[in-house]
Amino acid sequence: MRVGVVVFPGSNCDRDTLHAATLAGAEAVPLWHERPDLDGADVVVLPGGFAYGDYLRAGVLARFSPIMAAVREHASAGGLVLGICNGFQVLAEAGLVPGALRRNATLRFEHRWVRLTVERTDSPFTRAIPPDHRLRLPIAHGEGSYYLPHDELDVLEARGGVLFRYAAPEGNPNGSARDIAGVVDVGGRVCGLMPHPERASEALLGSDDGMLVLRSIVESVAIAGRAAVVA
Amino acid sequence: MSRHRFVVSIMPKPGILDPQGRAVEQSLPHLDVRGVSDVRVGRRVELTIEATDIVAARAVVERLAAEVFANPIIETWDVAPASIVVASPSVAVG
Repeated sequence: MRVGVVVFPGSNCDRDTLHAATLAGAEAVPLWHERPDLDGADVVVLPGGFAYGDYLRAGVLARFSPIMAAVREHASAGGLVLGICNGFQVLAEAGLVPGALRRNATLRFEHRWVRLTVERTDSPFTRAIPPDHRLRLPIAHGEGSYYLPHDELDVLEARGGVLFRYAAPEGNPNGSARDIAGVVDVGGRVCGLMPHPERASEALLGSDDGMLVLRSIVESVAIAGRAAVVA
Repeated sequence: MSRHRFVVSIMPKPGILDPQGRAVEQSLPHLDVRGVSDVRVGRRVELTIEATDIVAARAVVERLAAEVFANPIIETWDVAPASIVVASPSVAVG
């Protein structure tokens, strides 16, 4: 089970993500953004940071990196893709998940611990999360305010596209529509998540709730692999 | 082929909160400037493009505006030809 972590110029959470994926039981490999393939990765993670300095708009220039064609192909073949923070912005700009991430309504870069409700645990990204467990994860972003027009939000909600929401006591840190912190695409295989699970990968860091997300992904791939062998 | 210069103006969609504009607006009283409202901050992109004619050039700029310079979910844009004639880049000597 191999997790590929894309390294864009300006990514800065790639090593934390490699470490956390390793802790979750995966073989984790960095993927330089200029390579045209995924080096055999079963799962692709677009990590946090400031790809291309966030010039023009966060995530928009990273979308044109050579590796993104392979990421798009992987996603359309049903492969799992997780975009964390800046990675979420890249996925949104690439149209691989719905919505846009605007500047925080608070007018500030927000870096703090938040609480998340998990809207469904039947997803490859949440299957290892116990029912009713609220995740405690850190955020660190200037442009994390999730936006979609109202009617499209209704469509997103109706199809179960919202995976994570900001919750009490800390609440919504950035003005995101309907407290949305994480979404999945129509196929449910591509996830964008604003908080950082990799920064909550060991109790020493203040929380290891992020491991529940990473373990969910590893488990999902392992189960799919066993099913393929049986078939 | 001819060279054409364009200006693309990108603005947050009406009705969408513009925290940059709000931050600017809120800081104006510190300059003792009052009575300013509805400040909105956008972006301006200028570019020169080589094409068979201005219609073809404009089509490319419109595409770039929609796919790169602006995010259609949250922003609007306007493409306008710039009146200036662009000279070939000069080559530094020495």
